[in-house]
Amino acid sequence: MNARVGLAAGSPDFPTAAKAALGDAQLRRNVRLATDVIRARRTLLVAEKPDWQELRTAANRIKEHTLNHLDEYLLQFEEACVRAGGKVHWAADADEANQIITGIIQSHGETEVIKVKTMTSDETQLNTALTAARITPYETDLADLIVQLGNDHPSHIVVPALHKNRAQIREIFLEKMHLDGLGHEPGDLAEAARKYLREKFLRVSIGISGANFAIAESGSVCVVESEGNARMCLTLPKVLISLIGIEKVIPRFQDLEVFLQILARSATGERMSPYSSIWTGVSADDGPQEFHVVLLDNGRTTVLADDVARQTLHCIRCGACLNACPVYRQTGGHAYGSIYSGPIGAILTPQLQSMEHSQTLPFASSLCGACYEVCPVRIKIPDVLVHLRAKVVEQGDSPLTEKIAMKAAAFALAGPARFEAAQSVVRLVQKPFVTDAVVSNLPGMLSGWSVARDLMPVPAQSFREWWKERK
Amino acid sequence: MERFVDIFEDAEIICSPSSSCVAMLREHYQHLASESRRAALADKVKQLLPRVFEFTELLVDKLGVTETGAFYPHKVTYHPSCHSLRTLCLGDKPIRLLKNVKDLKYVELPEAEQCCGFGGTFSIKNADVSAAMLADKMKTIAATGADVCAACDNSCLMHIYGGLHRKKQPIRVAHLAEILASEHS
Amino acid sequence: MSSSSRANILSRIHAALGDIPRNTDVDAEYQSIERTYQSSGSLEPHDRLHLFIERLKEYGAAVHRSAPDEIAPLIAQLLVARESKSIVIPKDLPGEWLPPGFEFLPDHELTFRQLESCDGVITGCAVAISDTGTIVLDAGSAQGRRALTLLPDYHLCVVFENQVHQTVPEAMRALATSISRPLTIISGPSATADIEMTRVQGVHGPRFMEVILVQS
Repeated sequence: MNARVGLAAGSPDFPTAAKAALGDAQLRRNVRLATDVIRARRTLLVAEKPDWQELRTAANRIKEHTLNHLDEYLLQFEEACVRAGGKVHWAADADEANQIITGIIQSHGETEVIKVKTMTSDETQLNTALTAARITPYETDLADLIVQLGNDHPSHIVVPALHKNRAQIREIFLEKMHLDGLGHEPGDLAEAARKYLREKFLRVSIGISGANFAIAESGSVCVVESEGNARMCLTLPKVLISLIGIEKVIPRFQDLEVFLQILARSATGERMSPYSSIWTGVSADDGPQEFHVVLLDNGRTTVLADDVARQTLHCIRCGACLNACPVYRQTGGHAYGSIYSGPIGAILTPQLQSMEHSQTLPFASSLCGACYEVCPVRIKIPDVLVHLRAKVVEQGDSPLTEKIAMKAAAFALAGPARFEAAQSVVRLVQKPFVTDAVVSNLPGMLSGWSVARDLMPVPAQSFREWWKERK
Repeated sequence: MERFVDIFEDAEIICSPSSSCVAMLREHYQHLASESRRAALADKVKQLLPRVFEFTELLVDKLGVTETGAFYPHKVTYHPSCHSLRTLCLGDKPIRLLKNVKDLKYVELPEAEQCCGFGGTFSIKNADVSAAMLADKMKTIAATGADVCAACDNSCLMHIYGGLHRKKQPIRVAHLAEILASEHS
Repeated sequence: MSSSSRANILSRIHAALGDIPRNTDVDAEYQSIERTYQSSGSLEPHDRLHLFIERLKEYGAAVHRSAPDEIAPLIAQLLVARESKSIVIPKDLPGEWLPPGFEFLPDHELTFRQLESCDGVITGCAVAISDTGTIVLDAGSAQGRRALTLLPDYHLCVVFENQVHQTVPEAMRALATSISRPLTIISGPSATADIEMTRVQGVHGPRFMEVILVQS
């Protein structure tokens, strides 16, 4: 298995990418507006739900139970889906998923597909593979359309184009849709997208989707959306292919009563998204007459094997943690170098890659805990972040200077005699760095502190010394 | 951890003026102890934890004290550290204590729940983002018009002080305990 | 190869779950999951319906109440107001709902273009939900296939009062026999907030929704 998360393996480290993002004022304004709006809406709708905490707990337990028996539930799903006329494929990694999907399309002699938003396909870089096979994928989610036409990358799980404002979007549409004129209001831009895509919905005969949930007992698949483009892609084409991460499975139809109540409130601050579509296999005279499910591993079994970090797979991709995260708020999603950004991205991205890449992501957090507060499936993201930091250190992948510093700190803090000795040493060596009673220019790896902060020097008499004198 | 347990084993009450320290004890000590596979140590930790109090918890919950007779004639705003807010859930204990200080004018901090950006090693390893978060926090503090920013955690205070001083802002920082101990001069 | 990957993935899962006790009764474990969230509503029928109407209006759906024998004249009124000429209907839409003087096209394998060029569609529904202002279609009686309520720009939905449940869990339970049917759960007209977080209604899918709530 060769797990891949889009272009994450080659992305710059977080501190470097973050620094660039911090310099982009427009981006920061857009990110702040978007996250503030959704966060406010979410807060209101959660407040109106008296059983919100109980729903979170149930969602967490359902996911935990499902993961503990994942193989059995996947087999149950496969059997039920096949019985209902669907075909189920298993893809060990990104390349295999792309091959399977490309193969299905080629077997029909088609060269165009319409796509519903699916982050899983960004993970496998499906569009790149399709294009290489001379198949044109048309993104139909407005935000993904904006990103695709703009040759860009998504920066948020739920609102992928939030880093663009209306003027920027208008530019992209004018150019790529070959329009003579275009209004400036969001309504005008949405209308342009509607016309541009309508023609494709009615003509293209193969649709590709992801899934929010795959129901084991019935072999059904559920897709939640706002715009109606998913309904188009799920209903109109002759052939439908759904790429589904193995962690998306839930045991029974009944469980939707929990997830459908928490997803939209967390993701977009709505009681329920405008459309949720649920279908099972193939239905006579209604919708696609050929249906394929591609179940994807691509590193999920690696995550599953870690009993502390396994809870990462509870994620229902609501994006609430991104909106709550004070770090994401400053940098936006691109800084994480992965389609999965923000707090969930910081734990999912490196794990899918067996901790070989994206190693700075678990450190891209002040561990404030705001993400855990809002996570509808109660993933203890801060705990997982710390756990993954330990893994990075144990692998020997932390920088050498840091290793030395940590060893020195461990030595100095091991007992009172050493600590007091260390204080005395610092008191001596800090002298050249103290100006106007503060240290403004810390040396070496501590210089990061001095970027924006002064530091009080170790005082002439420490608390311990004062305390001893008192006694 | 072993050292801590050794030293405080027999204490009736262990009080810490630091939410992050108390959070460490409550969230991680039992896990560390069970990882060590030493039943005796795990048991000691279990016995110890109920006797650990954060400073405002001790005052308000254990001792029923909300007034210390302090005098502090300044405009004060309060920054809740992430640990105090989300791990210890101190709620409004610190604010009730502040409001009962003679001649202290309390003013609420906007977007108080936003992290100040310290986060331990985060402040060094992601210094730029940390500084950006700090800049936002300083903006909201300044917007209150307060003379003093109070908190229950010295880590946040060190970070906020560092930024305020660099920006030559006249706002001072103080740990809640300092304010509650202030007497009529 | 998909079949060897199948075996490969399943064995990786098995190995990954080495710390979990196997050979347990999965069903019993599933049943033991604590569900303390609200599973039924406590509103009186009158308030339940009132809430449903409020939610629909919140997202811009027009709502009209009707007695069972007033459906046809009400539909006539609404279609005249919209200046609608040709309306597509499911083959099994009750005839007594249809007023004279309009062109109703029963869906005998109409093409997508034909569906598109209609002024609107009339259907019934399977269940509805007050808390979230939701209407659920299960491609069952008086609803037709999914494309019917997707392509036309106007959807007029007849909902009976006894189809309205207060909470999501109640509605999902009522759908127990429809699990394997194609379900469309509608909570508002299509919308996007992808452009500067400004909500724009009606991207794809019907931009206009009207509901007739019938006494039962």
